[in-house]
Amino acid sequence: MRQLIIIGSGPAGYTAAIYAARAKLAPLLIASSVQAGGELMNTTDVENYPGFPDGIMGPDLMEKFRAQAEKFGTEIVLDDVVDLDVSGPVKKVTLGSGRVEEALAVIYATGSAYRKLGVEGEDRLSGYGVSWCATCDGFFFREKKVAVVGGGDSAMEEATFLTKFADKVYIIHRSETLRASEIMQERAFDNPKIEFLYNKTVEKIEGGASVASVTLRDTVDGIQTTLDLDGLFVAIGSDPRTHLVHGKLELTQDGTVWVDGRSSRTSVPGVFAAGDVLDPIYRQAVTAAGSGTVAALDAEHYLAALPKNLTTVPA
Amino acid sequence: MSKNVTDATFADEVLNSDKTVLVDFWAEWCGPCRAVSPILDQIGIEHADKIEVVKLNVDDNPQMAAKYQITSIPAMKVYRGGEVVKTVIGAKPKPALEADLAEFLA
Repeated sequence: MRQLIIIGSGPAGYTAAIYAARAKLAPLLIASSVQAGGELMNTTDVENYPGFPDGIMGPDLMEKFRAQAEKFGTEIVLDDVVDLDVSGPVKKVTLGSGRVEEALAVIYATGSAYRKLGVEGEDRLSGYGVSWCATCDGFFFREKKVAVVGGGDSAMEEATFLTKFADKVYIIHRSETLRASEIMQERAFDNPKIEFLYNKTVEKIEGGASVASVTLRDTVDGIQTTLDLDGLFVAIGSDPRTHLVHGKLELTQDGTVWVDGRSSRTSVPGVFAAGDVLDPIYRQAVTAAGSGTVAALDAEHYLAALPKNLTTVPA
Repeated sequence: MSKNVTDATFADEVLNSDKTVLVDFWAEWCGPCRAVSPILDQIGIEHADKIEVVKLNVDDNPQMAAKYQITSIPAMKVYRGGEVVKTVIGAKPKPALEADLAEFLA
């Protein structure tokens, strides 16, 4: 049996691993099979992570996180957790391969998943003009007309990135005020290829083999219009990935994992949460990393306080 | 590591192949493509008698990417007798890919 298993490989999971490994807990980190590295793997320049004044590419930053976690003795598995049993003092984690791992403590740092628009045509045209990853798919929209839905930093970043390829990039936002940081807004405002469509929601996505147009509805006067497009990039936020802990850990009204005050302690002893999965507000790489630190320190204290006979790890 | 095909070799190696061929349309700058690539390699090795897995870099081979209207990668297309018989889009865990491709692996 292990001392600690960490589920998730974004800034929260890897930072928890760095701290736990340095505390000699020899953590096992389940990184996911195809999403290892988390959300930053699909971003370009990260300009707000301290220590990198010239910015760093998201995938490069995550590679450094991984290397640092491994350096101190974290074991990393590229697999997915398919079941989690936290009912007893020994936590059981079942992987996609069928392998079952046991530990005295678990850090749950699964982050969040892109939110869908939930409109007609979205699922059918997903991968055929509807995309959640500008860095993956922007390349295919050279000299085309595309739109980004959303008003946050990621919408601004995607729109600005897409102007490298597309002739025209609309930003469709449901209100008049953007949530994005000033610097990201300014960059979008200053870009001659970007046009803002405020107070508009997407009602429907149309197209045969691929996206041809979207129906927009004005949130003020309710009038519907059609906008011809080749691609639609969805950047309207994300929802915490809690599917593994439904009915096992207490959740908040926001759908995030509930934790006790400023700690990472969930409703189940020995289970700690970190990163975007518990954070409905800030959701930054650096706050996730800080949250990973809190979880590792809480797990360390929890393990140290367990009766000796439980903590003995058989050879 | 699976074989690379190009715009120039696509007809010979994919369309005129007497095997079932899965083409993985990918690019260096696509993180999910890099994540799914080793899984496709494994599937190709484990089912070598049923399916041949090959890779096409969309950056270097724009003709085939355009011909098959690729707008999202990773895109995995299964060819039989020169025709696309299945398309899978997006990086997925191995069990999910195996389920999507079940009819070609059995």
